[in-house]
Amino acid sequence: MGEEKSDLMIEVKNLTKRYGNVAAISNLNFRVKRGEVVGLLGPNGAGKSTTLKILSTFMAATSGTARVAGYDVFDQSEEVRRRIGYMPENNPLNPDMRVREYLKFRGRLKGLSAVESRRRTDYVLKECDIDDVEYKIIGQLSMGYRRRVGIADAIINDPELIILDEPTLGLDPNQIRTARNLIKKLQGKHTILISSHILHEVEMTCNRVVILRQGKILVSDDTKHLQSIMGQAARVVAEIKAPLEDLKFCWRDFEGIGGVDISASEGDYYRCVLSFKAEISDPREDIFRMVRENNWNLRELTMQRPSLEDVFMYLTREKEEEEDL
Amino acid sequence: MNIFFTLFRRELGGYFSSLNGYVIISSALVLVGACFSDLVVRLNTHPTDMTLPTMFFSSWYFWLIMLLSSPLITMRSFAKEKSNGTYETLMTAPVNDWQVLMSKFCGALFFYAMIWMPVMFSMLILRMYIDNALIVSIPGVFTSYFGVLVVGMLYMAIGCFSSAVTKSQIVAGMLSFTLGMGVFMLGYRSFFENTETNQLVELMSRLSVAAYVEECSRGIIDTRPLLFALTLTFFFLFVTYQVLQRRRWK
Repeated sequence: MGEEKSDLMIEVKNLTKRYGNVAAISNLNFRVKRGEVVGLLGPNGAGKSTTLKILSTFMAATSGTARVAGYDVFDQSEEVRRRIGYMPENNPLNPDMRVREYLKFRGRLKGLSAVESRRRTDYVLKECDIDDVEYKIIGQLSMGYRRRVGIADAIINDPELIILDEPTLGLDPNQIRTARNLIKKLQGKHTILISSHILHEVEMTCNRVVILRQGKILVSDDTKHLQSIMGQAARVVAEIKAPLEDLKFCWRDFEGIGGVDISASEGDYYRCVLSFKAEISDPREDIFRMVRENNWNLRELTMQRPSLEDVFMYLTREKEEEEDL
Repeated sequence: MNIFFTLFRRELGGYFSSLNGYVIISSALVLVGACFSDLVVRLNTHPTDMTLPTMFFSSWYFWLIMLLSSPLITMRSFAKEKSNGTYETLMTAPVNDWQVLMSKFCGALFFYAMIWMPVMFSMLILRMYIDNALIVSIPGVFTSYFGVLVVGMLYMAIGCFSSAVTKSQIVAGMLSFTLGMGVFMLGYRSFFENTETNQLVELMSRLSVAAYVEECSRGIIDTRPLLFALTLTFFFLFVTYQVLQRRRWK
């Protein structure tokens, strides 16, 4: 019982999973506290789904241990399963069942009594905003509705930990926003672990991020730190009509500039791709002022968000530099 | 137990929520009905000392329907869940593997029992019109049904095993049919040959499911073949359980 009250929801130690000779994940170590919303980030094949499958007790690890709410996922898997709500990748549902019928069935399966299951079904139908389709057959629902049914299933037994594997995969922008709002609504009530390969996605919903790459943890830190990394990796693109020499001269003296790449563009314009030092958060206003003072023409000024790959490159470079030292 | 019944109801509901269940039941009914009326007509033209249940359950009609319908009933049980991914949501709910396995097995067996139920009613109805226990004896009808259920248990266990080892329903069906045919063929020769002359044939006759059903239809319930069928059923269920546990192997 003492363990149940522990502050830690997930504790992963030296977790390794091998498929034959290939290690899907190797020596993972991370912790998630109660109430946290943590994003597991990484490109396809980084080991996100494998990690979640192990944490949800569906699969056994080759070595290492993982504990959820103080219970070992291998030796006390039923105790763990009582405390989690898991939505696997691609959100599998029984397509021949009706939404309400499915959620009641899942509630009963997760140990709720008939009355309790009906009560929770009413609640999650409202919470996930799917009460308008409660009598529809799941197979006939749109992807967005199905995803919300999947999330409703994950929270039907009011679990301590919710594990969502790629909850926004395959959704259109509107559906993504709805799913994201739903996840935000769950914050505070549950501990949430979300996997995603979209950096922006995780940044919007999570307060801590674990970045996986090739089965290993690249970084495990809070989102604010990630944002500062992203600031360092941010790039600005400006298309300016100006004499090339003057332009080069101006960039050389520009405050906080890290690197410039100038190439000729249509109609005597020059396309400048600029990278800035960490302390510069948004240099666009300064760039605009510079152009106006020189009486040049400006037709594009864009700040590009770093992709996951950019962050990876930045972090790997940082690590290599550390190792060199 | 609650979880078992929830899963069992869902399993049975799965047969009727799509056309599959209705198609299997109606096809079996058409075949069984045709075969049954054919036998009744033959009773009139070819005098025999066999009772109607014996004639029916030792005919090739019965075994054809039996061997074909069993894989059709069971092939979906695990393979379908695996192919559409719901196996993962099922197994990460707080249920244990025995509950899942037994609900699938019992669901299939219940459905199988439903298929054969109308034949029994037909026989009982016939008995109301012909007041002759030599043609249809009421205890014979019940013991026949018992025999059919015992053999059904074995075939449903084989089917569950076949379905648990693959994602493909077709592969599950073929494997189940092959294994079921194999069990049937064990006693196939003894069906035609004189068992007293050859020890091997006699041994095989002891393992014959066909001979067992035929015996039951004559009102005899022998515990030896019953034990054999139950042991084999348990063996297949146990192996299936191990297959389900495999994903938790390190």
